[in-house]
Order: sequence, then structure tokens, then C-alpha cells
Amino acid sequence: MKVSIYRYNPETDKKPYMMDFDVAIPEGRDLMVLDVLNLIKEQDPTLVYRRSCREGVCGSDGLSIGGTNGLACITPLSEAVRGNKLVIRPLPGLPVIRDLVVDMSLFYKQYEKIKPYLINDTPAPAIERLQSPEDREKLDGLYECILCACCSTACPSFWWNPDKFVGPSGLLQAYRFLADSRDTATEERLAELDDPFSVFRCRGIMNCVNVCPKGLNPTRAIGHIRQMLFKSAT
Amino acid sequence: MVTNITNLSRSGLYDWMLQRLTAVVLGAYSVFLLGYLVINPGLQFGQWAELFDETWMRIFTLLALISILAHAWIGMWTITTDYFNDRAFGRKSVLIRFPLQIVCFIALFSYVIWGVQILWGL
Repeated sequence: MKVSIYRYNPETDKKPYMMDFDVAIPEGRDLMVLDVLNLIKEQDPTLVYRRSCREGVCGSDGLSIGGTNGLACITPLSEAVRGNKLVIRPLPGLPVIRDLVVDMSLFYKQYEKIKPYLINDTPAPAIERLQSPEDREKLDGLYECILCACCSTACPSFWWNPDKFVGPSGLLQAYRFLADSRDTATEERLAELDDPFSVFRCRGIMNCVNVCPKGLNPTRAIGHIRQMLFKSAT
Repeated sequence: MVTNITNLSRSGLYDWMLQRLTAVVLGAYSVFLLGYLVINPGLQFGQWAELFDETWMRIFTLLALISILAHAWIGMWTITTDYFNDRAFGRKSVLIRFPLQIVCFIALFSYVIWGVQILWGL
């Protein structure tokens, strides 16, 4: 099978280019894209990409696979190959460090901005802060995010303003803490989001929902944030 | 909090709400005008002028004009800050963006004044 991969080494290449590889795929097995990358790495050890857990938990190998963002380790070839060819590029919108590795600083900066930790100024209880099963249920579909950046780098609003728009991933996490019954900083969190960029650059096109490898729904979370902002301001 | 000075209200929430409210006004006005034209085939100038002589029609039209001003300003401001920012045009992008925003504002403001002139026959 033919595999076309984005290559760029800033030390030797003036411009990025696509390099084609021929890979022998074992008969009768539906390999994951990461397995194919590993086979290519045997051919060409200079190919660089990130990977770690190889089972969709760590979020290291987010890539643009056949034009759609996804995790290489849990995307089967049968879904990724179009016209008998597999095209792999780095996540769009972020600066490329080398080959398929991108600089995620902007992405993490937005994550940091939403204060991704519990804030609670009441005295700490002796053992732990309790939560009812109903309140805990509100965090389902939010806490599962693995920060792979597939959603934010599929979002045009994040491409145009990655320094100002928090992006779907950061906003999903923002709502995860807004929705947490143990967090007491709701008003402060909302005040930080009430500008024309942080939340309101979302135009609701749902690219994020389309690509999330964990099946999460950042657009819905952003809708909840808007509702909370609206309720607290009217 | 991301700060800025050129958008309508400095609050993303207020802009967002205003854009939706003005959309409802513009939608109602469009449906009304279209409906009026459908109900009155072969419309003559006299009847058309009579409609716009009514105070409620002038209020409705002026409201629609002001809605266009607010709605389009928020939209055009968003477009200029998306496509004419530092990532697209480098660090001096403000020299492109700000004049564009001024052109948009002058055009939209002119529509309102022009509309007032037409409505009251000034």
C-alpha cells in the first residue's frame, strides 16, 4: 500500500514536502495507522512522530489522517485509506517542529488559562470533599478529555486566533470545572470568559465533535457555558 | 479575559445576544415585507407610500435599519479580526484591519442616516 507522509526537518529542509512509502500490509488484518507508521520507521528511522500508550489513552499521536484529525493508534486502516492511499500530516494550525511533531505550546497555554483545577475557598474537610452521585454524573462526557488537540486543531476559529480563542478542548475543560459541585469559583471563571474571543469565537460548526476520538461533545459544553454566562448576566 | 476596544460592547455575551435579537427583528421585517408584496400583487406607488406614511411602519423600518447597523457591525468586526489579524498579515495587520473597520462603520452608519432621510422625506 502507498503511504504519503509529511516530512520536514528544519535543520536540512528549506520547505516541507510529502514523501511516499510502499508498505507491505499483512493479509487479513486491519492494522491501526500507528502500526503502519511503525513499519515505515523500520524502513526510514529518521521519521519522527509522537506516540506512547498505543491504545487511545495518552493522546500523544493526534495526526491528520486522510485529512481528518484522529489518534493514529485507534484509527484502523479501513477507515483511513482513501483511493488505496494513506495520507498522513501533522495536526493543522500549529507550528511543525519536525515531520509529524507539532509545537503544542499555544494549545497548553489556552488550557492553563481556564485554571484546570478545583478552586474551593471553604475549609478542607478531614477526609475529602464529597459529591452526590447526581453531581458526579454532571462531569461525565467532560472529564474524559485526554488533551490530544484533535478538536482544537480542527477548529477554524482556533486556527485564526489560537492566542485569544480558548478552543474546544480548553472550553470543554472550562465547563468541566464550572459544572463541578465542589468548585466555588464559578463567578470568577465566568468573568474570565465573558469577552468576544475566549468563548464567543465558537461559531458552532462542530468540527470538534466530528473528530473527537473519545466521542465527546465540546460544542454542547460551549453551549452550557453560554447559558451560564447568560443566566448570571440577565 | 482578552481585551479589545473595537467591538460593539466589549462583552462577548452582549454582542452575542444583540446579534441574535437583531436577527429576529431583521427576520420579522423581511417576512413582513415579502408577505406584503405577495398579498398585494400589482402594487402601485401610492399604496406603497401610504404604508411608509404609517408611524408604526416607520418605527419598524428604523428598528430594522438600526438592527442592520448592530448586526452587521458585530459580524464584520468578527470577520476582520478573523481574517485580517497578525497571523494572516503579520505584526502590522492593524494597519489593514482598522481602516477596514472604519469603512464598514461609515457604510453602516450612512445606511441608517440615509434611511431616516427616506422615511421622513427630508
